[in-house]
Amino acid sequence: MLRLLSQQLRLNERDLHASVFGPGKDSKTDTSTTQTDGSSFNASMQTSPASMINQYKFEEEEEDADTKDIFVTVDNPESHVTAIETYITYRVETKTTRSEFDSSEFEVRRRYQDFLWLKGRLEEAHPTLIVHPLPEKFVMKGMVERFNEDFIETRRRALHKFLNKIAEHPIFSSSEDFKIFLTAGSGELTSHKKQGPGFLSRMGETVKAVAAAVRGVRNRPQEFTDMQEYAEAFSQKISSLDKVTQRIVREQKEYLEELKECGPTYALWSQSEQELAEPLKNVAGCVDNCCKETEEQVKHLNDHLIPVLHEYVLCADTLKAVLRRRDNIQADFEGKTEALATKKADRDAMRDELDKAEDRLEWANNALKTDWTRWQKVMRTDLRSAFIDTAERNVSYYEKCLAVWESFLQSQRTDAEGNGNVDSS
Amino acid sequence: SARVMPTQERKLFSSTLFHKIFKAHTSLSLKKCKGCLYKISTSMVEKGTSLLKMMEISVAEAEKRTGKNAVNMQETYTVYLIETRPVDAASEGTNPVPDSLWRRYSEFELLRNYLLVTYPFSVVPPLPEKRAEFVWHKLSADNMDPDFVERRRVGLENFLLRVASHPDLSSDKIFYSFLTEENGWKETVFETGFQAKADSRLKALNATFRVKNPDKRFAEMKHYGDELQSVISQLLRVRARAADRLYGVYKVHGNYGRVFSEWSAIEKEMGDGLQSAGHHMDAYAASVDDILEEEEHYADQLKEYLFYADALRAVCRKHELTQYELEMAAQDLTSKKQQREELATGTIRTFSLKGMTSKLFGQETPEQREAKVKMLETQIEEGEELVKERNTECEEFVKSAWVDIERFKEQKDHDLREALISYAIMQISMCKKGIQVWNNAKECFSKM
Repeated sequence: MLRLLSQQLRLNERDLHASVFGPGKDSKTDTSTTQTDGSSFNASMQTSPASMINQYKFEEEEEDADTKDIFVTVDNPESHVTAIETYITYRVETKTTRSEFDSSEFEVRRRYQDFLWLKGRLEEAHPTLIVHPLPEKFVMKGMVERFNEDFIETRRRALHKFLNKIAEHPIFSSSEDFKIFLTAGSGELTSHKKQGPGFLSRMGETVKAVAAAVRGVRNRPQEFTDMQEYAEAFSQKISSLDKVTQRIVREQKEYLEELKECGPTYALWSQSEQELAEPLKNVAGCVDNCCKETEEQVKHLNDHLIPVLHEYVLCADTLKAVLRRRDNIQADFEGKTEALATKKADRDAMRDELDKAEDRLEWANNALKTDWTRWQKVMRTDLRSAFIDTAERNVSYYEKCLAVWESFLQSQRTDAEGNGNVDSS
Repeated sequence: SARVMPTQERKLFSSTLFHKIFKAHTSLSLKKCKGCLYKISTSMVEKGTSLLKMMEISVAEAEKRTGKNAVNMQETYTVYLIETRPVDAASEGTNPVPDSLWRRYSEFELLRNYLLVTYPFSVVPPLPEKRAEFVWHKLSADNMDPDFVERRRVGLENFLLRVASHPDLSSDKIFYSFLTEENGWKETVFETGFQAKADSRLKALNATFRVKNPDKRFAEMKHYGDELQSVISQLLRVRARAADRLYGVYKVHGNYGRVFSEWSAIEKEMGDGLQSAGHHMDAYAASVDDILEEEEHYADQLKEYLFYADALRAVCRKHELTQYELEMAAQDLTSKKQQREELATGTIRTFSLKGMTSKLFGQETPEQREAKVKMLETQIEEGEELVKERNTECEEFVKSAWVDIERFKEQKDHDLREALISYAIMQISMCKKGIQVWNNAKECFSKM
């Protein structure tokens, strides 16, 4: 159902591309949806053709993995040096069977700025949809170089996740900006970036947003207040989990430092002994093996669980931002309602504006509610699999250490039997 | 002054006090100390002259007492209950009440010092440490701390069992009365006069002296004792630090429990899975206490041999002393003989103050010289007797000491190997617990 709708949306996009302010066509869906007047589209929505769609309501269906028709990879970081700056670009490879793409394979190079641009565009076009977060611009702790290997790798993984999350999103994946991001050569991308609303109109929007924010929302529906509370609480919990996990990694590393000295001490001891030399050397080896396993376990935690938790810390901020934007849209509508009631002149124009504001609000609310539910599902899946993964890794860690020590016991038993002693152990 | 009991007397003691003497080699069974997994296996005992075959010994309890000390100040101290029971009684099924008495740590120390002086050629089993060392943060260094007291109780029991299974020490009268006579034991010990000997020996041992012909075996053994002490100290330090860190790792997981629980309150479908996972995280965090307690027993086993290393070195030093005294006696004899020769021939080869003064202040009369020669002759005779005595002493010491050192080596190899095995078992147990907890957690996560 969702896919069909998405396809409809894409078709409509192409049709509308030429006429930015043209009325939206009716969506041919089988679900009965509220039809709004296609002609009264908000001027502020002029940035992306996708936003020309007057309404959409997508079902809460799960997308089949089988029906995934676009695969995006981010890899191969490369450093570029120019006279002005040094920066990293990443290879973005796309494989798709979607008809709106001219080809089935694309390969482009993109830098962090480009990802930021894409995110901004999607947010502008869909202020109340939840865009997956990008990795942060800088890492504040310590003097981490931007071009440190670990940093680049962590960032690459996050960028990869970002694009895939966009690709999996029913609305975002049909965004024209997204398509251009994936397919355009660097020159084409630069010129496309220059399009879009001019500086002044963007400023106008910002002023409006600030005004709305200052005005504040009066009658926020309970469901959105509930969402706000949830976002706050979720933010706290996920931040705590992030901190706890980081602390675990720190403690593990310190444990590892100490453990690394144990093996060599046993080995040193074995040098003074005769009968005991062999078991001592054996124990030294076991301890060293356990060290290796601990090191790998810590690495796994660092590379897998921590990035996911971190992403969702950023997601929590996104949730709050989305709710704020919704509030602003409602505040704008409330403001215009008031204005209409009080002002005498220009009533027709104002009524027009009010209708548009009302549409915008309704549209924003529906979009948010639907995407919220979707987001929660995705969150649940992501975090569940991250925790399961961690638990499995921990089991594997203990299983490996167990094997190490059991082999030691085995060696001592065979030794004892060889010497004619029977040990009760 | 007290002497070491001559061999005949000791044998007599054995046969009159203990009529059941087992002549066959016996390998003694593992003795499990009350309430803990710490096993000591007393190694093979020659000729079965072991008290442990006759009676069961245990340090059953510890209690706090208050009383006035030597300077009439109120003090709190711990006493330990020593229980003894004849071996037969238990096997007959009657199970009588054991004999018991209370002793404090200082009395154990007194006993050990007595044994050290009386059996200088024996590697005397060590006492558990006086103060808690190699602690990691959780353990209290306070002697009154119940965990410390408990581990000390085990250590004291171990000490008694070791002495009771030692071929020479187990038949000692003072040791026996330590186990059986509560009152007046201290006086009995002092009556042996061992302290005088202790003082002189202690002075001699602390003085630096050089032996001209050191026995290679003992020198090597002393060197080994040094190395053993150094490496076990290092191991205990490193282990304690690692234990501290491991504690931190486990305990931080407890925070997962708390946060999961809080988080589950705001989620609908995820709530149950998170909540139960949280419980497993709490269990994981709590499990480290038992794990590290078990490891403490392993550390105690290492500590025993850390202190044993000291006992081993003490034997080597005492041998050096014996050797030194022999050399001194021999040296003295040689110089006296030379003096006699000089007096007889009238040549002065060795420097002597008497000689110089007589040169300066005039020669002595023939009568004086005669008297001197006679005195020297007596001294030489005595000297030769002394050298013979010391030589015998030295030889006997070497023989007895080496026997005990060999016995000690075997015991050490056996015990430490067992300790390493028990360490491996502990690690395995820890891993199994970890596997269980994380598998449980995984199941809960799947229900999220």
